[in-house]
Amino acid sequence: MPETGPDYLQIERLLTDEERSIRNVVAEFVAAEVAPSIGQHWLDGTFPIGLVAKMGELGIFGPTLPPEYGGAGISDVAYGLIMQELERGDSGLRSFASVQSALSMYAIWRFGSEVQRRRWLPKMAKGQAIGCFGLTEPDAGSDPGAMRTRARRDGSGWVLDGVKRWITNGTLADVAVVWAREEGGAILGFLVERETAGFTAKDVHTKASMRASHTSDLMLDGVKVADEARLPEAKGLGAPLACLTQARFGIACGVVGAAMDCFNEALAYTGQRTAFGHPLAGTQLVQERLVDMLSRLTAAQLTALQLGRLKEAGELRYAQVSLAKRNNTRAALEVARMGRELLGGNGITTEYRAMRHMANLETVDTYEGTYEIHTLIIGRDLTGLDAFSAPAQNSGA
Amino acid sequence: MQILVLVKQVPDTATRIKIDADGKDIQRDGLTWVLNPYDEYAVEEALLLKELHGGTVTVLTLGPAKADEALRSALAMGADEAVRVDGQPADALQAGWALAQAAKALAPDLILCGKQAVDDDQAEVGVLVAEFLNLPQVTVAVSLSVDPAAHSGQAKREVEGGVQQIAFSLPAVVTAQKGLNEPRYPSLPGIMKAKRKEITVQAADLGIAAGVELVRLTPPAPRKAGTLLKDLPGADAGRELIRLLHEDAKAI
Repeated sequence: MPETGPDYLQIERLLTDEERSIRNVVAEFVAAEVAPSIGQHWLDGTFPIGLVAKMGELGIFGPTLPPEYGGAGISDVAYGLIMQELERGDSGLRSFASVQSALSMYAIWRFGSEVQRRRWLPKMAKGQAIGCFGLTEPDAGSDPGAMRTRARRDGSGWVLDGVKRWITNGTLADVAVVWAREEGGAILGFLVERETAGFTAKDVHTKASMRASHTSDLMLDGVKVADEARLPEAKGLGAPLACLTQARFGIACGVVGAAMDCFNEALAYTGQRTAFGHPLAGTQLVQERLVDMLSRLTAAQLTALQLGRLKEAGELRYAQVSLAKRNNTRAALEVARMGRELLGGNGITTEYRAMRHMANLETVDTYEGTYEIHTLIIGRDLTGLDAFSAPAQNSGA
Repeated sequence: MQILVLVKQVPDTATRIKIDADGKDIQRDGLTWVLNPYDEYAVEEALLLKELHGGTVTVLTLGPAKADEALRSALAMGADEAVRVDGQPADALQAGWALAQAAKALAPDLILCGKQAVDDDQAEVGVLVAEFLNLPQVTVAVSLSVDPAAHSGQAKREVEGGVQQIAFSLPAVVTAQKGLNEPRYPSLPGIMKAKRKEITVQAADLGIAAGVELVRLTPPAPRKAGTLLKDLPGADAGRELIRLLHEDAKAI
């Protein structure tokens, strides 16, 4: 059995047998199939596409959906543990799964027609079709309502024009969930298939983070789609935001895995490496660092678990997800930075894991709502006052 | 084709084993338990044969309620039914007897199990079951094929310097060696289905006297600290190392 800890507060006891079994299977998969080659993929800037079919066989995609749509009906906590173990391997792998499950499949499941669900979800669950989620634009990131992509009525169908940016899996996707504003109206969602005329995707090749993941621009140039390609239940910005809440839940759980991997690596390394005649781990400075790492990640671990339990009870609020995404991602980033430091010069190579996790987590800290945006979401929830706009433009300021 | 797989729950090989104060057993609490890795090959082979020839795969274990976890692992891989005979055998002879009695009632066409369990490494149970049921047996198989219509099978075993090819008639007992196949991961839908599956539990028939008695378990002797040649200049250290390897360790 590969490492699934640390588990300093015996959180293991709070899991069901199925949750443990599911986590263990994914941990075994990651240790055997991901860990040996992910460092090289990261260096090469390639996504391990060969793993997608295997992940589909395991049932990792859309696993909380009912079996009739290809899911396994697993608990939300189990889903979170899958994310944790994937991200113990690499954030890029977890991002792939997040986008497939929590953004693309969820959007189709929650806002799609029965025909759309039957057509896409079983194939996507098996990894035989890949999805991506096009919301962010070059000039609309934290403020998606400012999107410029437009949907224009064209007879019985629609014409889509615009550009989407920072789209994970964009060039891999068979189907893109594209969000566009109807001229003079609400934000609508469309399923755009890869081969549709006027639709192109291009990868960003200059990333120094999340390198084992495809991040793309989507260009929509007079893309004609039938009305049957529209997600009928999606009306307004609330629809894509509901998808983001799903994905952020997975992120809050996933980053714990990256932090755990950095902690385990640092603990082992400093126990073996000697300087001035002693193991590094026998010094007060290093012990303080290790304990800080453990404290940060244990708090994140408990936060992730409680988030999952609230979600299972149907009581999870999006501001709570913001708290967890904000806290856990920053905690994991700090743990990774400390781990990198404890590894000294070796820590900057991809022979070790800390630097790769650290660089990845810089992305995770920014995407799916930046640290600051989540601050404002929670701040608004706490005070009832909306501080998103600049103060000078606030009424009464 | 009815295939029966005998499985055992064993401590994870990565866990550190401690021995009870009375020296008769290991401390069982706090260990991570897994399906015996050689039994995983047996389960996988049963699933492959079922995919090829149809039929059902039943997994059978002998042990306490905790051993249900091992059965559920096999169910999650794709086994159809699970049976646990509840009991604690005193030795391999009793284990083989209890499993043979339970297997007889199920009347399988083929019985598979790992070549040995990685906890006590006795490699006796599969052999004993075959003997008690008076069935042909092939041990340590690295390949297996069966012809259910002709009630026959073929297996290969690796031996020093070559490969043995064995023909046998069904029903038979085959024990699995590493290399027989590549066990699949249990799928998430499989885990969820396994959770709902009823496990048949029956009392073990331990109606045979134990053949041997376990006298005492002792941990391996702690390893002696190594010798460090640190105060000699390089060439002298080399000569001293050669002398130690030659005279003390007798390695060269």
